Amino acid sequence: MFAYLVRRVIGMVLLLFLLSVAVFFLFNMLPGDPARLTCGKACTPSIIEANRHRLGLDEPVVTQYTKFLSGIFVGRTFSPDSPEPIRCDAPCLGYSFTRHEEVLSIIARAAPVTFWLAIGAFIIWIVTGISLGIFAALNRGRWPDRVVMGISLIFYSFPSFFLGLILIFFVIIRLQWLPFPSYVSPFDNPVQFLQTMIRPWLVLASLQAAFCIRRTRRQVLDAFSEDYVRTARAKGLPERVVVVKHALRAGLTPIVTAAGLDLAVLLGGAIIAENIFSLPGLGSLVVSSVTSSDLPLITGITLLTASIIIFANLVVDLLYAVVDPRVRVG
Amino acid sequence: MIQPEAYADRPFLTVNDLAVAFPTEDGLVRAVDGVSFTLEKGKTLAIVGESGSGKSVTAQALMGLINRKAAQITGEIWLDGQELIAMPIDEVQELRGNEMAMIFQDPMSSLHPFYRIGDQITEAIKAHRSIGNSLARREALEMLRRVGIPAVERRIDAYPHQLSGGMRQRVMIAMALINSPQLLIADEPTTALDVTVQAQIIELIQSLQAEFGTTVILITHDLGIVADVADEVVVMYGARIVERAPTRALYDRPEMPYTLGLLSSIPRMDREPTKRLEPIRGNPPSPIKLPKGCVFQPRCNYFERVPGGRCFTERPEFLESEPGHFVRCHIPHEEREQIAQDVIQTLSTTSVSV
Repeated sequence: MFAYLVRRVIGMVLLLFLLSVAVFFLFNMLPGDPARLTCGKACTPSIIEANRHRLGLDEPVVTQYTKFLSGIFVGRTFSPDSPEPIRCDAPCLGYSFTRHEEVLSIIARAAPVTFWLAIGAFIIWIVTGISLGIFAALNRGRWPDRVVMGISLIFYSFPSFFLGLILIFFVIIRLQWLPFPSYVSPFDNPVQFLQTMIRPWLVLASLQAAFCIRRTRRQVLDAFSEDYVRTARAKGLPERVVVVKHALRAGLTPIVTAAGLDLAVLLGGAIIAENIFSLPGLGSLVVSSVTSSDLPLITGITLLTASIIIFANLVVDLLYAVVDPRVRVG
Repeated sequence: MIQPEAYADRPFLTVNDLAVAFPTEDGLVRAVDGVSFTLEKGKTLAIVGESGSGKSVTAQALMGLINRKAAQITGEIWLDGQELIAMPIDEVQELRGNEMAMIFQDPMSSLHPFYRIGDQITEAIKAHRSIGNSLARREALEMLRRVGIPAVERRIDAYPHQLSGGMRQRVMIAMALINSPQLLIADEPTTALDVTVQAQIIELIQSLQAEFGTTVILITHDLGIVADVADEVVVMYGARIVERAPTRALYDRPEMPYTLGLLSSIPRMDREPTKRLEPIRGNPPSPIKLPKGCVFQPRCNYFERVPGGRCFTERPEFLESEPGHFVRCHIPHEEREQIAQDVIQTLSTTSVSV
């Protein structure tokens, strides 16, 4: 188990390294000159050249990368030979010259919004998805099953941005049920926080919950046709024990894995949800950094989200080993 | 409907006109149709047939394992004076694993992969008896030792995937016998195992049967293992019983052409090596659209011997041709005997031995 963990962590670090290489070089090949974007209308060729030097963009890509990488561990100083060098302490993910701020502090401001968005949506979709999925499976073929599956098909088919716009239109503009406050931290004003977040949560959760219902139903039904469930019945166990201890225990295990992989989808969905509901999270940040060619910021966000997903997968695999003995020993 | 008191001195197990049908979108699947047999206490009955003949469904109907909502189950199953089909399902559940137990075909998938084998066995004990943990564990250890598992103290805490197929089937047997059931149904218990292990498992079932006085129903498609084990054989084809006889009589004087076909397709050491195995041509009938006449007619080599094409139009009755030997076939008795002798002659230079 320990050896497995060590192997996994080493693999994870390696993956992150390769990812950072890929991201860094990929964005360096993108069209657009970051040096030009720093001065706008005031640009002259000499200013651009000076800025390019200040940003370190005149150095070879490999040197740029090693500087970036060492910055993460020991920090770095931008434009050291200028009168106002910019010190960026470790872990330094870069410095955004369009926003004149460290990438890490920009991300640190936006991340909690996305975190709360993701956590709330995740809870809503896992709880409704698994419970309705089990409910549908246990009522297979009868009307409760058909109603649940029919509704999930509707949500499953709608793109989330469409659903979000409909929700905004009816709830805020037409019916004026809810105010449309701006985001606050849950620690500052829980009521306003909930008022802001409930709609993005629902939009983000609805599509995923629909997936989750269908997947859970399928898994549970498959589990019911397993031979060992028949064995459990043949032992004379009460049906309740057969369902919960034998069928559901086995049927819900793969859903743990799937939930980890869903995180990636969730972060993608956050981009749409945050833009629809004007939430100042990572999703909005990604869009604005891409439109302004803010390379350091794009690189930083990409690495951060990738690390989260890789880490989530590690957690899921370890969880899987806890629930399934076959993974543990092998 | 036969009254319960009529069964007072009847055999231990009586199955009367059992039928199981599953409504599907393609039509009604008649998996078992009019199956009747009896079995004395302590004896062994073999149910033989190919896949889809209804033998496993019959077994699961006996155990009450067929979902009553999903299937139409009719007829009567009398086990030790109790009728099971009309019995409330929670009472059947009391009998399962207690009065009657079952071993399944695939020991790889029949044990729950997430639980230790010892826990799976003690779970079966506790389903029927109030007993302390340590006592239940001791019983499980004892039974695992009895079914021939080495180093039981270590193995009892193993997960199923850590055991070989033969070991897992031994665990299944231990689990089935832990509450000393009167009836043990073994549904193809050796099919998924290595040949060397097959004999061990069959031997184990036999010795445990002798020890506990268990009545056994052995379901198989392998007539080879039946000969050594069974007192009586039921041959199923197309959801029905087509022949039933004491084991000796079935091997010596098979009558139904299907049984002949099964016997001819067993590889034998005493057969001339140049002779090829004789497969039964064609495929089993679809359980949705069974032939109007004899279900075996499309694959039968001898239906032309029956005058008036009755094999096409008329279902043969299940008739007694000699005491205890029942056959469902339109071919006259004497002619069947002749066909059987001819086939057996061509099969081997020596006569077929049991």
